[in-house]
Amino acid sequence: MSSDKNTGLKFSSPYTPNTENDRAEMLKAIGVNTVDDLFKDIPASYLNPELKIPDAISEMELVQEMEDLANLNSVPGEYASFMGSGAYKHFIPSIVNRLALRSEFMTCYTPYQPEVSQGTLQAHFEFQSMVCQLTGMDVANAGMYDGSTALSEAALMACRVTKKQVVSVFDSVSPYYRDVLKTFLDAPGIKIESAKDGNLKVNKNHACLIVQQPNYFGYFEDLSKLSDDIHNAGGLLIVVTDPISLGMYKPPADYGADIVVAEGQSMGIATSFGGPYVGLFACKQQYIRQMPGRIVGRTKDTNGNTGYVLTLQTREQHIRRDRATSNICTSVGLIALMSTIYMISQGKQGLKHIANLCYQKAHYAAAKINEIDGYIVHTDKPFFKEFVVSCPMSPKEINKRLLHNKIIGGVDVSNLTKNGMLICVTETNSKDEIDLLVSSLSEIITEG
Amino acid sequence: MIPAEFKYSEEHEWINSKDIDEIIIGITDFAADTLGDIVFVELPSIGTEVKQFEKFGEIESVKAVSDLFSPISGTIIKRNENLVPKPELVNQDAYGDGWLITISPTDLKEIDGLMSSKDYNKFTES
Amino acid sequence: MNNSPINTNESKRKLSMDRSVAGRIGTTLPKLDVPLQTEPPKDLLRESLEMPELSESEIVRYLTQISTFNFSIDHNFYPLGSCTMKYNPKVNDDIAALPGFSAIHPLQAESTVQGALKLMHHLQDLLAEITGMAGTSLAPMAGAEGELAGMLMTKAYHQANGDKKRTKILIPDSAHGTNPASAVMAGFDVISLSTDDNGNTDIEGLKYALSDDIAGFMLTQPSTLGLFDTNILDVVNMVRDAGGIIYGDGANLNAVLGKLKPGQLGFDILHSNLHKTFTQPHGGGGPGAGAVMVSDRILPFLPTPVVNRRTDKSNNEFFTFASPEKTIGKMGAFHGNFGALVRAYAYIRTLGKQGIPKVSEDAVINANYIRSQIKGVFDLPYDRTCMHEVVISARNLKHDNGITALDVSKRLIDYGIHPPTMYFPLIVEEALMIEPTETESKETIDEFIDIMKTIAQEAADNPSLLKEAPHNAPNTRLDEALAAREPDLRWTK
Repeated sequence: MSSDKNTGLKFSSPYTPNTENDRAEMLKAIGVNTVDDLFKDIPASYLNPELKIPDAISEMELVQEMEDLANLNSVPGEYASFMGSGAYKHFIPSIVNRLALRSEFMTCYTPYQPEVSQGTLQAHFEFQSMVCQLTGMDVANAGMYDGSTALSEAALMACRVTKKQVVSVFDSVSPYYRDVLKTFLDAPGIKIESAKDGNLKVNKNHACLIVQQPNYFGYFEDLSKLSDDIHNAGGLLIVVTDPISLGMYKPPADYGADIVVAEGQSMGIATSFGGPYVGLFACKQQYIRQMPGRIVGRTKDTNGNTGYVLTLQTREQHIRRDRATSNICTSVGLIALMSTIYMISQGKQGLKHIANLCYQKAHYAAAKINEIDGYIVHTDKPFFKEFVVSCPMSPKEINKRLLHNKIIGGVDVSNLTKNGMLICVTETNSKDEIDLLVSSLSEIITEG
Repeated sequence: MIPAEFKYSEEHEWINSKDIDEIIIGITDFAADTLGDIVFVELPSIGTEVKQFEKFGEIESVKAVSDLFSPISGTIIKRNENLVPKPELVNQDAYGDGWLITISPTDLKEIDGLMSSKDYNKFTES
Repeated sequence: MNNSPINTNESKRKLSMDRSVAGRIGTTLPKLDVPLQTEPPKDLLRESLEMPELSESEIVRYLTQISTFNFSIDHNFYPLGSCTMKYNPKVNDDIAALPGFSAIHPLQAESTVQGALKLMHHLQDLLAEITGMAGTSLAPMAGAEGELAGMLMTKAYHQANGDKKRTKILIPDSAHGTNPASAVMAGFDVISLSTDDNGNTDIEGLKYALSDDIAGFMLTQPSTLGLFDTNILDVVNMVRDAGGIIYGDGANLNAVLGKLKPGQLGFDILHSNLHKTFTQPHGGGGPGAGAVMVSDRILPFLPTPVVNRRTDKSNNEFFTFASPEKTIGKMGAFHGNFGALVRAYAYIRTLGKQGIPKVSEDAVINANYIRSQIKGVFDLPYDRTCMHEVVISARNLKHDNGITALDVSKRLIDYGIHPPTMYFPLIVEEALMIEPTETESKETIDEFIDIMKTIAQEAADNPSLLKEAPHNAPNTRLDEALAAREPDLRWTK
């Protein structure tokens, strides 16, 4: 134990209760003299290396340092934000965090021992149920890392189901998701083909067609036709969706989707610089044994009382090892719980209302922006809460200027469409914020 | 007690070759007990050709998966469709209602290489 | 369990959809403050959406009630082996919830998120220093995803050298199931290596297995038996000499934190489960974070993004995302589980260079103390000094009284203790894997030892007490076979 040179205080950690006395007693009971006797299996010359990390600090100093770091960031909320592209600012009711942060939910692990994990298991079952209700699908798992890895796992699953090695991906699927898909599919040698709207040629080699609805740019695809095309070719239809849109729009199941995945962050989860989020994963009943991830089932105990357990575990890595459906070992339980509380809390009326608010406000913003000379809003297809604007100058430059007005503008998609900015409007954007965005965009033109 | 007239493999499958055109195959009680509560059986489709000692399916309990290996070569004639709703039949009646598949054998000589009930008993005791 | 005429258990088990009453709302909703827009196309709209209708007060009571059905670190001793269920500092949760961290968007301009990038950069450096590696990527979102990243880097490294015949990965038979599953996801074939009688890597087996088609060795140190391989230097050198990559599964990093730098031993890749060693709360099975640290020769292959630091002429720092030259690509839509990174950083800052080695020291003392006190009551399949966890066997109870590891586990619940990991590693009969962690006091450990001794006595005196346990949990033993045979996986009308 080292001492602080200035104060002479011996270092002790609030997280390790055993004192020097405790340690001495325990070492004696074990039958060794020093703690390093317990590390004797480690080659001696490697033991106790020099550690070039800063000294311990107190909780007060920690909080100050971390607040200083946090204050270096510009925070949506203080800034009007119109940024979406897969991570969305929606209002989070207080009960989401108050309930999820309870010690009982937060400081337990994967429910391997069902008799003492019924809280987690029942919450997971609620999650699976509500994901099914929203997407219209038969079954859902308890959660994946995020939307992008849920999609990658869906593509791998489609290859297992169809025994084919090529996937077809619409180019209006999020470029971030397509990047992750490449990471996951390249290694096992699965080919990715890019499909363009109007130039779609699925064929019998395709394990699946991957479509995003609404797509990355916020617009709706003609899913009925695409569904027929891929099914006629003997492949599966995988739909990436936004659960908030499902408050009012047709669920992917109605179009014949075989697997539905989504990013669950929009339902009660802070944007938190990109994570942790939770991926939603649902499919048709017949593919259940090929599904990756944790699944909770309802059963009875020896007294005939209802209870919940992890089930169909033989699909998973801890049993099937190298032949498992996936290596995944988590269901991101806490985040899945948060989205579950969000869904219950918003409920039937709330989910529909939130979707409608997003729709109305996004369309109001689009109409106003379209009125400004030099800005053209893309309206060739219906959209939900995001849309693309062709700007009169580079979106990067526009966003820089918007920051001066305390606005975080849309995501720069000029690499995908010329001077394109992808603007997102949710229920959290007030009319005042939208009007400020419109007047600011207009000023930028005038300033030139 | 295991049926004296059946033959057994080291992978704990039995065959009943009373009808030599359609040989019945299952797993032994010993295997079923080791696995525990059987919850799922995956069998090949009818007409599939299998080779002796090669994998033809999978059997799952709550926390284990085992490959099923065919004791003889041949073509699958029947699958026990009752195992789809009631996989527990394998636990309840391994040598009867819990049968897995029937096979039209390609080489009857293979049967001679399998264990008798006596040998199998010795095999499981060791 | 329930002797009252009304079964309150069943009413608590009702799902939100079964509790739903038309017209109730769980939260108030904002009014529309913009003029009404044109209706969306009818054919895109759904006909109905059946979701719960419950008041806020009902939701809070429902979820609070079921939460109490859980054991958790804050309530119970939780010696779940391999899972490092240590105490999660509360201040870290508060810090992660600061709006400056929790409300920022992953695609904001770098100039507007310098605090977040600075934190990530510092954490990369700290993790590399603690593990003795050359660089870090924080992108993987869980331990298993870190393993996948590690396997993809192994593959990319050999391919970049034009060495295409290395298609196999060696994995000890004691390894976590994620290891073989991750190797297969990366397109490798798996060769399983046996463990010798002392719990070390079987050197003869390794010699035999090594050839020019071996891409690497996935090594968990200490192993899942809780033992440090006394042949570690030989193992590392043999694999490296054969042209293989040493991949370290950092699941058990808590055993050697600050006491040993795996990078100095010659490890090329190491993942760390930040939720275990660095205290992101486990949350009922996630979120996790699986940072990967690598040696010099693997640096160009790290998953993207990593955070770089630049300085201008007047020495002002600027942090920016960068993509390593030959990156294996992205592991998730954005930059990793930032919320877990904030907590890990706060934890390392709090403990500092004084506290970090104390973590593994106290974890190892606690585990060995249990080993020394439980010896003779339960079997010790490998009777030697253990590291942060000890694997014991209930085979003596099974032999004497027909009592299994499962029965012992379920009886522990009656004493308010979360059972250890059971039946793992697979190579130990009736295994119970006990990981006390450094955050438990001697008093707690002493009580646990007393309880284990009592249970062993109960096994002899009254085995049915164990066979029917737990007796005072929310449920008695659950029918897992029924759940698997007739999957009931969602609410239905």
